[in-house]
Amino acid sequence: MKPSSFVYHRPTTIEEALDLLAEIGSDGKVLAGGQSLVPLMSMRLAAPAHLVDVNRIDGLAGIQTDVDGVRVGATARHADVEHHEAAYAAVPLLRQAVKHVAHPTIRNRGTTVGSLAHADPSGEMTAVLALLGGTVTLRRRGGERRLAAGEFFVGPLESAVGPGELAVEAFFPRSAPRSGTAWAEVSRRHGDYAVCGVGAVVTLGEDRRVGAAKVGLISVGPTPVVVDVTDAIVGQSADAVEAERAGRLVMDTVDPDADIHATAEYRRHLAGTLAARALTEAAARASERAA
Amino acid sequence: MTDVHELALTVNGVPRTLRVPARRLLSDALRHDLGLTGTHVGCEHGVCGACTVLVDGRPVRSCLLFAVSVDGSSVTTVEGCCEPDGSLGPVQQAFWDCHGLQCGFCTPGFVTTITAYLDENPEPTAEEAREAIAGNLCRCTGYQNIVASVLRAAEIRREARV
Amino acid sequence: MSTRTMGEPIARREDPRLLSGQGHYLDDIGHTALAAAFVRSPHAHAQIVDIDVTDALDVDGLMAIYTHDDLPDRLAEPLPLLIPHPSLTHGRTPYALAKDEVNHVGEAIVMVVAADRYLAEDACDRIRVEYEVLPPVVGIAAAREASRLVHEDVPGNIAATMVQENGDAAAALAASPRVLELDLEVERSASTPLEGKGVYARWDPADASLRVYSSTQASTSVRAALAAKLGLPPNRVEVVAPDVGGGFGVKIVHPWPEEVLVSWAAITLSREVKWTEDRREHFVSSAHERSQVHHVRVGFDDDGHLLGLEVSFWHDNGAYTPYGIIVPIVTATQLLGPYKPAAYRVEFQSLYTNTVLVTPYRGAGRPQGCFVMERVMDAIAAELGFDRAEVRERNFIQPDEMPYDHGLIFQDGRPLIYDSGDYPATLRKLKKLVGWDEFGVYREQARAEGRRVGIGIACYVEGTGVGPYEGGWVKVETDGSVVVATGLTTQGQGHQTAFAQVAADILGVQLDRVSVVTGDTRRFGYAVGTFASRALVMSGNAIAAAARKVRDKALRIAGDALEADPRDLEIIDGVVQVRGVPTSAIPLSTVAVLSNPLRYAFDTESARATQFALPADPDKPPVPEGEQPGLEATGYYSPPRATFANGMHAVVVETDPDTAEIRIVRYCVVHDCGTLVNPRIVEGQVHGGVAQGVGGALYERMVYDDDGQLLNASFMDFLMPYSTEVPTIETDHLETPSPLNPLGIKGAGEAGVIPGMAVFASAISDAEGFPITRMPISPSELFHLRRAHEEATNR
Repeated sequence: MKPSSFVYHRPTTIEEALDLLAEIGSDGKVLAGGQSLVPLMSMRLAAPAHLVDVNRIDGLAGIQTDVDGVRVGATARHADVEHHEAAYAAVPLLRQAVKHVAHPTIRNRGTTVGSLAHADPSGEMTAVLALLGGTVTLRRRGGERRLAAGEFFVGPLESAVGPGELAVEAFFPRSAPRSGTAWAEVSRRHGDYAVCGVGAVVTLGEDRRVGAAKVGLISVGPTPVVVDVTDAIVGQSADAVEAERAGRLVMDTVDPDADIHATAEYRRHLAGTLAARALTEAAARASERAA
Repeated sequence: MTDVHELALTVNGVPRTLRVPARRLLSDALRHDLGLTGTHVGCEHGVCGACTVLVDGRPVRSCLLFAVSVDGSSVTTVEGCCEPDGSLGPVQQAFWDCHGLQCGFCTPGFVTTITAYLDENPEPTAEEAREAIAGNLCRCTGYQNIVASVLRAAEIRREARV
Repeated sequence: MSTRTMGEPIARREDPRLLSGQGHYLDDIGHTALAAAFVRSPHAHAQIVDIDVTDALDVDGLMAIYTHDDLPDRLAEPLPLLIPHPSLTHGRTPYALAKDEVNHVGEAIVMVVAADRYLAEDACDRIRVEYEVLPPVVGIAAAREASRLVHEDVPGNIAATMVQENGDAAAALAASPRVLELDLEVERSASTPLEGKGVYARWDPADASLRVYSSTQASTSVRAALAAKLGLPPNRVEVVAPDVGGGFGVKIVHPWPEEVLVSWAAITLSREVKWTEDRREHFVSSAHERSQVHHVRVGFDDDGHLLGLEVSFWHDNGAYTPYGIIVPIVTATQLLGPYKPAAYRVEFQSLYTNTVLVTPYRGAGRPQGCFVMERVMDAIAAELGFDRAEVRERNFIQPDEMPYDHGLIFQDGRPLIYDSGDYPATLRKLKKLVGWDEFGVYREQARAEGRRVGIGIACYVEGTGVGPYEGGWVKVETDGSVVVATGLTTQGQGHQTAFAQVAADILGVQLDRVSVVTGDTRRFGYAVGTFASRALVMSGNAIAAAARKVRDKALRIAGDALEADPRDLEIIDGVVQVRGVPTSAIPLSTVAVLSNPLRYAFDTESARATQFALPADPDKPPVPEGEQPGLEATGYYSPPRATFANGMHAVVVETDPDTAEIRIVRYCVVHDCGTLVNPRIVEGQVHGGVAQGVGGALYERMVYDDDGQLLNASFMDFLMPYSTEVPTIETDHLETPSPLNPLGIKGAGEAGVIPGMAVFASAISDAEGFPITRMPISPSELFHLRRAHEEATNR
């Protein structure tokens, strides 16, 4: 399983990269982590004529935390996101979810922004972005645009990154004060793609009761699914959330496919069960933080 | 389309140069261009971990890297996990003590992974040890003695520090 | 007395080399060889209409392209059918390169040879094959229904039908107070060693000789097959198994198309040629196993005694049958386990499907047989409300009934006669280890907490050490080192250590003076191979026989030199001495020198053996009548029958009431493989087998769609367990030595995997309260079984 030939480019500045991408157009692909792209190329399911290796570009690997949230640069590795203390303090869901991405060795090289651009329906970080209302910044020669998750994730393995464009940064906003988050996932083996994965954000009112709640799911549709479940658990005490109704609401909303690992019915059932678990845990965390 | 790239990297502490096409996987470059056949290829899609090497100290799948991507980097393979005099390093010694290998094909990937892991977590519990190796496949051992090898390696390292 | 190493958990001598990255697996050698790659069928069943290689001719570094049309005479014929059997009335084997038709996705059609693998794959990419796609036969149901055929000349897709019986099962069932019927199924899986297959061939035109390195389990047989196929004299062909990264059965069938073709290309091109299988190739062009469907009728009395057992099963043998029907024969015979049904009838059909061929995978049909028998025992227990261990115990063959003749023919063509074993003792140990009798209380407590826990048990008997024979050669060199060779092969079983232990103990030398070579026809020419848990039994005993001869000769020669009776001599740490008189001694190195009377000395030691150095009887020849020079000997071991090991496993599982995930709480093994040469190596083998058992019960299945496409041809979707999926394995063992061989050894290689599916089915059933009849089982499947059970009970 060896890849076909390609022309290899290794720009050192972003301008150089954007110029290259503009010339190459759809004849090429960006090489960041490569953990998804290289196996596809080795299996010759992808055979780009050009590869633009962006790993040497200054300024793309950073993780910045500010009052708004966390900005993750294009070549920041999943492992960097996972271990970044300031990012964890600002947006704990990043670590809670990213540690379910494959195995540590893959996370050492794979990039979070890259996984968003890859848009795998089972990619944990896609649901994190969608759930938190984050954005992805795309640059091309002569321009830039920023897309919200709903516009960014187009279909299975299809993002809105167009020819000549480079995803340079993903922004994950902080949740409202008195919020807690959690991630719950079932996979066949440790580190496998999730059969179903759910992130939850629960925000409490000043009375320490649930004020708002949302979940974001992977592996239940072509793109990540976000469900506002506020009505199903609003007003409940944060330390004793009964999330069954919320779980059923999620089950009624999602429409998963079957594959060789699980039926659609089982996935739907998991969506409900895991949503309930994640909501309960998120609420408990919100309660701790508010304490 | 013969694009050949000149690369300079450090492999097991030794400066090496390579002249390879861009599509040359790091696993193949190590094995065939540099003659370091200790790194093995089990799947070429990043799942089995037999090809794991350390790049700038971090475990990565060499089958998912093009050699050109590690130009200028420092790479450590299983051969580099030996002591300078060629004797077994602590992780290798631990595997020997604990019967942590049978056919030996997956072993290099475990050795590099565990070597890096113990640098970060020198005193793992049995559960942590089992999780630390959860990204590498072995078909022969059932993992039990590999988990024991992680703990034994921690012990050997601890004894060496004393 | 020398330090005894037999029975000791000696650290393996092969490890330092392998650990420092100095292994020599197939792809590690032959750096200057050309690389072969193949165009393989993307269709499960098709006629080949045309092959157009035009576009491939431009590829840089291309050396040659071959199709079936290019193959000479014997190479153009189908590959051999290795194990014929009278019941295999419609055996079929593939061509080395597909001739007009392809019968599974992955079948090789074109071989490309180029400067390296990258370029070879480039060339393959540009070769256009035109097919007329035919409807494929996928799965046992479709094969049985036979509205379409895999091979036009094989009616009903039936390769073989076979019946074996002991007693009149039908009558016994008719007369039984109670009868149960079960329908069971095992899905397809595979060995998937971490290293795929590989072949590296070198032709020497100067003396017209061929050397082939192959990642094989049977180098001597590969040699014979290659010599036959290539029209070469056998003594001009050598086959060497280098370090092999696991086999588990998939490397036993031979010759692979690639072994024949790569060798032939090396001769034709007069260049070294190498082929290393990649992972996708391994999934679609090596071999699978396990897939069977069973129907059972069992008659029993109110005490749970087996009165009659009728088993019918259908075995999916894939597109071809080069290995014959060994796997279903093993299922049919080993199904009986440690039990003695009063009457037994088994019938199977081995069926063709348009899928990868089926050859043995560790267990080789026993896991399926064990699954069937153990589900039957659980079903009887459930029916009668008895303890599951109790029902089994009532049906055990007792130690005093050994040897026990089942009245059937085993896979070696010999009667199925258990020689030894103490099943009640094994069960006692297992129950104690897992806490069988106390589990009920724990289960109830868990239930009260809303948790589901269950315990399972499974028993198996394994015929090991099948013949026809193995051989061993032992030589003491003039420096006192000992070299040992045997023809069978090694894939991680520690032969360099275990065989050395045998030789070292018998000869009385230090272990580190003994080196062992396996799987190299240059070093030992007669062998069968490593499979069926036979290596230590067969080669261990053969090496022991050779070592004994060497020892006897050494004592004779030393006796002459020391003027002592050989019966008064012993060998300690490589020195022959008169018992109790350590000053009257002669090192084995000197004995070796003396054993070879020389005209020419090449060093001080050898000078001692030259014609003027020693007093000699002028009327006796320097090499006595009937003897040979050198302190070396060859021995063979050829048993009349297999020797039967046994074991029992117990597992505790907890299933999640919501997600149906299955968690392994405890896994216990008690096994009996007779005398242990190296307990650590045996335990390692058990661990590995258990991990494959876990895989086969909970994770691993090959998924074919209706078009015959293998949907999970990668490690991403074929789920081999990681460390987090395999439990800590608690082991205890018994040793009932084999009466059939001098060392008392029984095989252990497959022990760990055999009861895997059975024991998990038993435990999950116990946790859930309904029977599990199909393996493997995933959480999704368990979820649906729960639903079905709830609906059934609510009606």
